[in-house]
Amino acid sequence: MLSTSTEFKANAHDAMANVGLQKALSRTRPQNPAKRAAAVAALPEFEELRDIGRDIKNHALAHLDFYLETWEANVLKSGGHVHWCSTADDARDAVLKICQAAGAKTVTKGKSMISEELAINDHLEKFGIEPIETDLGEYILQIRKEPPSHIIGPAFHLNREDWEESFRKVHTQLDPNRVFAERKDIQNEARILLREKFLVADVGITGANFLIAETGSSVIVTNEGNGDLTQTLPRVHIVLASIEKCVPTLEDATSLLRLLARSATGQDFSVYTTFSTGGRRPGDLDGPEEYHVVIVDNGRSAMIGSEFQDMLRCIRCAACMNHCPVYQTVGGHAYGWVYPGPMGSVLTPSLIGVDKAGHLPNASTFCGKCESVCPVKIPLPNMMRHWREREFERHLSPSAVRTNLAAWAWVARRPALYRLATKIAAKTLSLLAGKKGRFASLPFAGGWTAGRDLPAPEGDTFFARYARTQRAAK
Amino acid sequence: MDQIAPRPRVALFVTCLVDLHRPTVGFAAIKLLEQAGCDVEVPRAQTCCGQPAYNSGDRATAAAMARDYLEAFSGYDYVVVPSGSCGGMLRTHMPHLFDDDPNTKARAEQLAARTYELISFLTDIRGMTHVDAAFTANATYHDSCAGLRELGVKAQPRALLASVSGLSLTEMKEPEICCGFGGTFCVKYPEISTRMVSDKTADIVATGADTLLAGDMGCLLNMAGRLSRQGSAIKVRHVAEVLAGMTGDVPAIGESRG
Repeated sequence: MLSTSTEFKANAHDAMANVGLQKALSRTRPQNPAKRAAAVAALPEFEELRDIGRDIKNHALAHLDFYLETWEANVLKSGGHVHWCSTADDARDAVLKICQAAGAKTVTKGKSMISEELAINDHLEKFGIEPIETDLGEYILQIRKEPPSHIIGPAFHLNREDWEESFRKVHTQLDPNRVFAERKDIQNEARILLREKFLVADVGITGANFLIAETGSSVIVTNEGNGDLTQTLPRVHIVLASIEKCVPTLEDATSLLRLLARSATGQDFSVYTTFSTGGRRPGDLDGPEEYHVVIVDNGRSAMIGSEFQDMLRCIRCAACMNHCPVYQTVGGHAYGWVYPGPMGSVLTPSLIGVDKAGHLPNASTFCGKCESVCPVKIPLPNMMRHWREREFERHLSPSAVRTNLAAWAWVARRPALYRLATKIAAKTLSLLAGKKGRFASLPFAGGWTAGRDLPAPEGDTFFARYARTQRAAK
Repeated sequence: MDQIAPRPRVALFVTCLVDLHRPTVGFAAIKLLEQAGCDVEVPRAQTCCGQPAYNSGDRATAAAMARDYLEAFSGYDYVVVPSGSCGGMLRTHMPHLFDDDPNTKARAEQLAARTYELISFLTDIRGMTHVDAAFTANATYHDSCAGLRELGVKAQPRALLASVSGLSLTEMKEPEICCGFGGTFCVKYPEISTRMVSDKTADIVATGADTLLAGDMGCLLNMAGRLSRQGSAIKVRHVAEVLAGMTGDVPAIGESRG
């Protein structure tokens, strides 16, 4: 997917003027945190579980080579195939080759953020293979040719009227007088059309929430059941997964699953949690004949051993964006690439380069809410700060910022000079403001005064007044 | 831990915004600390906690300023800061600037452990349970992010405010949501920041309160600036002014002066 992260400011401007998006945000903004809070309150050991989740992922990442090899050996043992891919290109080619070998005309797909990262759909279409998104949210986005705006609620930015409009435009074979009064009308209509697609698809592609080393299994969670139909009905199942999804044991995966749904949707557990181990075995009644895992690095191994390693703990629950006041103001598309919100502000620069995604780690107030709700305790603000440090080191931050910062620091490290400068500034600003006590505009402060007045200082600095009181006391 | 004298020597870290913008908060802090049985000194060699550099990625400058801080403040029993943001910088973040320098880091950790945000110091360390102050207002309280999440400041200001005669407190629906200040964020992304502070002021206005209180000058300037731009009559003050009974000394933040 092409990035528009460099245009973050303009994207955010458009997003704040987008009536439909703002309507959707005002609907979900209070809902998601409330659901998570209720789920967390109902599980007394939730905080302890967060430590366990963090430790499981830290251990897995510290020994990732070992667990990946163990996982691969167990996939092979269960009759599956593993395709190691360093880059997005490698992964796209691997998926295409499997599809072509299967003689695929249509491919059904479960929801997968890595497939967005790799832009698998475009690649398959280029070679005459039709990909069909089967997650309801992804399905409408495919119709509308839009990218997801949220990692678990990809189409949350749409309102009921958007769904209706898109469905009527595309589903022309259905009764034009049908009603779209409720969410279930939308679901039913999508179900009618998707059922056919599930049955004729040659290949099914899913993501993976976890890969389990000790069994060679992959795990997906869905609420719609589309993932199961995607991976069991076609002859060939392809799992797309990135390397950091690997955890040592089934027990580890189930511990993390206890955190995932609660953090994501406030459910105790997702409606469907499906473990796949290899393809159909002799005597099995159903399941795919071939089971392939396309396992992708695409920049992640470079994060291991760096200050960004902790980011690889992410289990993609979206709690950070559901609680982020910036995300909740501008929505997901403004971030300009696959992963929005706080987790994206750390991950995106790692994957596409901080020179292309420099706004993202800067567009945070460091309010810390994301870290406080992260199920695996990723220190997101600290890592955004590390990206700012990298930008500063590489002279990527704007030169005006650097110059101002250097000048300020030079004065601030000389207390006597600083005292004089602040004394003059406080006095001048106070006099200029006069009786009004505030500024509606001020040269060089347009960033502040465009939307706010600038309250005037009292007049004296603290230190000037304090020196007077000290002298008077003597 | 070292034996702390019955009257501890407390150094006040004034913070750059209080120094420049609202000196009354510094004097309110001194008054409250003295009421809490402390001997208060204000080291001259202080300017800023270094957060602007730290959060802009300029770690070297932040570390240099932290060294100045260690130099000027290490000799005191405690350091107290009338801000959760600067307090969080000096208590939570500052030692990490010396991750590659174990000797300095040990010193930094010792000082960080003795560095407190003002209100939580009064209640948690000095055991203050009430203040002798009066202020007639229906107030609402904004929980500043760093104070809340880095230092656990939540119940302390409310507990002391409950003892201010004439004051009632009405909570916002979402007092813990960021006001959109975010240090340099507010000037780097003014449009987003303005939208965020507008959401915050809508929540403030909906309480029906006539006064907004918080413990951080950055957030206060941001919210006061937005409220005044919206023509609101809500008065904005630092919580220390109210607790010290010094609201008569100075108009509210951004309020016209008679």
